[in-house]
Amino acid sequence: MVEFTLPKNSKITQGKTWPQPAKSGGLATDVTEFRIYRWNPDDGQNPRIDTYYIDRDDCGPMVLDALIWIKNNVDPTLTFRRSCREGVCGSCAMNIDGTNTLACTKAMDDAKEPVKVYPLPHQPVVKDLVPDLKNFYAQYASIEPWLQTVTATPEKEWKQSYEDRAKLDGMYECILCACCSTSCPSYWWNSDRYLGPAALLQANRWVKDSRDEATGARLDNLEDPFRLYRCHTIMNCSKACPKGLNPAKEIAELKKAMVDRQV
Amino acid sequence: MKQNQILTPMRRVRGLGAAHTGTQNFWHQRVTSVAAIPLTIALIIIVISLLGRSHAAVVQILGSPIVAIVMLLFIINTAYHMWIGLQEIIIDYVHEDKLKLACLMGNTFFVFAIAFASAFAILKLSFGV
Repeated sequence: MVEFTLPKNSKITQGKTWPQPAKSGGLATDVTEFRIYRWNPDDGQNPRIDTYYIDRDDCGPMVLDALIWIKNNVDPTLTFRRSCREGVCGSCAMNIDGTNTLACTKAMDDAKEPVKVYPLPHQPVVKDLVPDLKNFYAQYASIEPWLQTVTATPEKEWKQSYEDRAKLDGMYECILCACCSTSCPSYWWNSDRYLGPAALLQANRWVKDSRDEATGARLDNLEDPFRLYRCHTIMNCSKACPKGLNPAKEIAELKKAMVDRQV
Repeated sequence: MKQNQILTPMRRVRGLGAAHTGTQNFWHQRVTSVAAIPLTIALIIIVISLLGRSHAAVVQILGSPIVAIVMLLFIINTAYHMWIGLQEIIIDYVHEDKLKLACLMGNTFFVFAIAFASAFAILKLSFGV
């Protein structure tokens, strides 16, 4: 059955409250409170929520700035992924203020205080805010995200009209941050068999590519009660996407293609 | 996901392969949804027209050909729609193999029983005895 409660060893406990940031001549005045999920695989303890205070006069505006500020100034053990700090790499995807998004493009002032930061939901946690996305990446690999052709490779490039290229807009921008898939209840309950919005959006990106010659095989690979049809248009994916894409629409396009080839 | 197994993520994701089904259920669910709109409106009109009538009048209305055909269509359409819908919900939430098979069977039995009992009632009113 679906588990609606957390297993015993995942129940969240009250953690440590770290000291308020000091300034020359007293405490910092402009302070934002953070509640951050902490879990260490090595100490045998349940996860806990730690409270941190950020000195806003000493810190950039984004949630990622705050996390880096904590790591530099308060608690070097706080663990999270980050790289580009401008919303193109997808590393810092996490659940902030109840929504999956990128810490680097989410402003602290746009979140309710105290700012709650959790790892992406319903994925195994490696440590603190780092989820284990092996399954997610394998699902992406399973849709074979590369150009497949049988026609001999042309001397120069595969040609594509401007109109056909435009059909990939809204899909090629996906950075595979996993915000959409991990916000989807269908994915929570069936992530072992349902591909999830990110992989399906990518699948449609190749189905829609005018240069690709494996369209039928791609659809065959998706035509499954679980892989595709666990989508019940809940639309959390489209709401969560930090790049403003619409995975729900792309999944609907796939279903439409499935029907189109039957009727 | 079974315990005590060492599988690569790709082995897990590929699993038993694509079933190459699901589209028919998806499409039929849409078709029965569209059909349910006029049929439900018709049902409401029929039920309202029965209000305050005597037993004999109700039997006569429900047994009349057009009303009986609309009622039968409503029953078949709703039962089929319900069968697919319940199956989807079971597949979503019930993961334990034996329980899932039992639920899927139970769903089929339940839907057929309800549909045939309802249809039989209408047919009996239509053809008497």
